[in-house]
Amino acid sequence: MRRRVLLTIMALPWPVLADELQTAIEAAIGATRPEPGGITLRAPERAENGGQVPITILVESPQTAAEHVTAIHLFATRNPTPGVASFRLTPALARAEVQTRIRLAEDQRILVLAQMSDGRVRQVAAEIRVASGGCV
Amino acid sequence: MSGSLATPRIRAPRSARTGEVVEIRTLIEHPMETGLRQEGGRAITRDMLTAMTVRVNGETAVVAEFRNGSSANPYHVFFLRIERTTELDFTWVDERGRVARAQARIAVG
Repeated sequence: MRRRVLLTIMALPWPVLADELQTAIEAAIGATRPEPGGITLRAPERAENGGQVPITILVESPQTAAEHVTAIHLFATRNPTPGVASFRLTPALARAEVQTRIRLAEDQRILVLAQMSDGRVRQVAAEIRVASGGCV
Repeated sequence: MSGSLATPRIRAPRSARTGEVVEIRTLIEHPMETGLRQEGGRAITRDMLTAMTVRVNGETAVVAEFRNGSSANPYHVFFLRIERTTELDFTWVDERGRVARAQARIAVG
């Protein structure tokens, strides 16, 4: 299984172009410049299985009608395609938290962007090492 | 690539107190094939869910839009504040328009 995974990854165009990541980010948040901070990102430093990496994202927000998180975007910077998921949030969520599982093809940085109801964008990133790359 | 999507599984409390924050967990079995993987020199056909929508008493509360980096068998956890008896409706849609649905009810009082 592991051997097949490695062969699969090597058959792909590699590494991903930074342009593709930039395009994906602009599609998500437009030209807004993200500010660091305000997000807690829980992820393993080293993932045994790159196919199922548990991720928790918690954005600081009162989650009221006037002030809440409208979207959380997640990117894997060195996957063959950088998009992972976008979550559209509403004040119905008690807190701006989502837990998910993602695929990482190799050691890389993941990037989280959070759009707030006032138009600001927050960001946080984390480096994750991957013992066995996920089948992307 | 069968005719219908798998039956989703939901974990939510059956009851809650007014104002309580409850954890909701969702899981649906799905390969989430990106079309980029190869087996025996041939690409495996793309087969992806596009989104999961969660409605609370008929109003959309959260939507997850999936791209290639989302794992097989998508599993998600989020938190709702319960103010009254709540009907939850969960919908998954794939790229061919197939739909899977699930419901849950959280009683108050």
